[in-house]
Amino acid sequence: MRFFFGLAYFLVGVLGGVTLVQSQAASWYRIQEMFQFGAFHMYGMIMSAIVVAMIGVWLLRGKRSLEGPEIKLNDKARTWTRYIVGGTIFGLGWALAGACPGPTLALIGAGWPAYLILFAGMILGTWVYGLLREVLPH
Amino acid sequence: MSAKREVKDLQEIMTQLWPWYVSGPLLGLIVPLLLWLGNKDFGISANLRHVCAMWPGKKPAFFQYDWRKETWNLLFALGLLAGGFLAGYLYPGDPVHLNGTVLERIKSWGLDDPQAIVPLKLFAASALASWKVWVYLLLGGFLIGFGARYGGGCTSGHAITGIAALQLPSLVAVVFFFVGGLIGAWWILPRLVAWITGGAG
Repeated sequence: MRFFFGLAYFLVGVLGGVTLVQSQAASWYRIQEMFQFGAFHMYGMIMSAIVVAMIGVWLLRGKRSLEGPEIKLNDKARTWTRYIVGGTIFGLGWALAGACPGPTLALIGAGWPAYLILFAGMILGTWVYGLLREVLPH
Repeated sequence: MSAKREVKDLQEIMTQLWPWYVSGPLLGLIVPLLLWLGNKDFGISANLRHVCAMWPGKKPAFFQYDWRKETWNLLFALGLLAGGFLAGYLYPGDPVHLNGTVLERIKSWGLDDPQAIVPLKLFAASALASWKVWVYLLLGGFLIGFGARYGGGCTSGHAITGIAALQLPSLVAVVFFFVGGLIGAWWILPRLVAWITGGAG
């Protein structure tokens, strides 16, 4: 049973990786095009993804998942500094690198070794956040 | 239908650009799929924290937890790698066709016409011969990793899952993703790429 679920999570990831590449959402060019307001493609993707996810959440909320636990989404803490400052820093990185974490993994799989260096930078940034967490305003 | 024909169809599907109204809903479907399987939240950057938590030595309190409980997410991340291999390596598609104005602007930074899904001058293996490219990649990655944990999520966790679950904090985070993104894309990146390529910026 644990094997079945592990495989299922893996396969959902495969769906995500294939989709990110085939939609070119993993493309550095498409991210620049999005931030330069040059095409509707990325906006259409994000918005239609939200709509489908929203319907899914609405249909599933309160039901039991296959693994057992009840399906619920936890409310996020309403402390705003972290979303404003952390969000801005993430956005800067997103535009500079032209990729976010999901596409980075898909592109490593696609055989672009430079994205391994980008990934290493992400690990480093995560680690430094862990070091500074107590002193940062949230 | 013969097996040969099916292989050809697969090849056609796997080398074409999937329009937003196909690819967007497919990505969105990940949210209910993970909830339905085991009440799991779609959030890719959480895996960066789990990788840090694997470190066996001394580590900050933020990484002191049992990462094995998050194996499902690490398997999901491996799936992303495998999906990228399938779509990007086995069936590489055509070079990206960009909006003309955007293309001219990017070329003015010293980059060439697209020959693949990403610019070769920044991401080809040969680009790694330049230390400037390393600075560029590590800087971009650092900001993404630091910002994602500080802000509590990345595109998957905030922009898709969070907004779909009507979380105001996620909407705020996404607005500021764009604030940072616009500053980066319009003000910093042109100079950064021109510095790497020796172009005009």
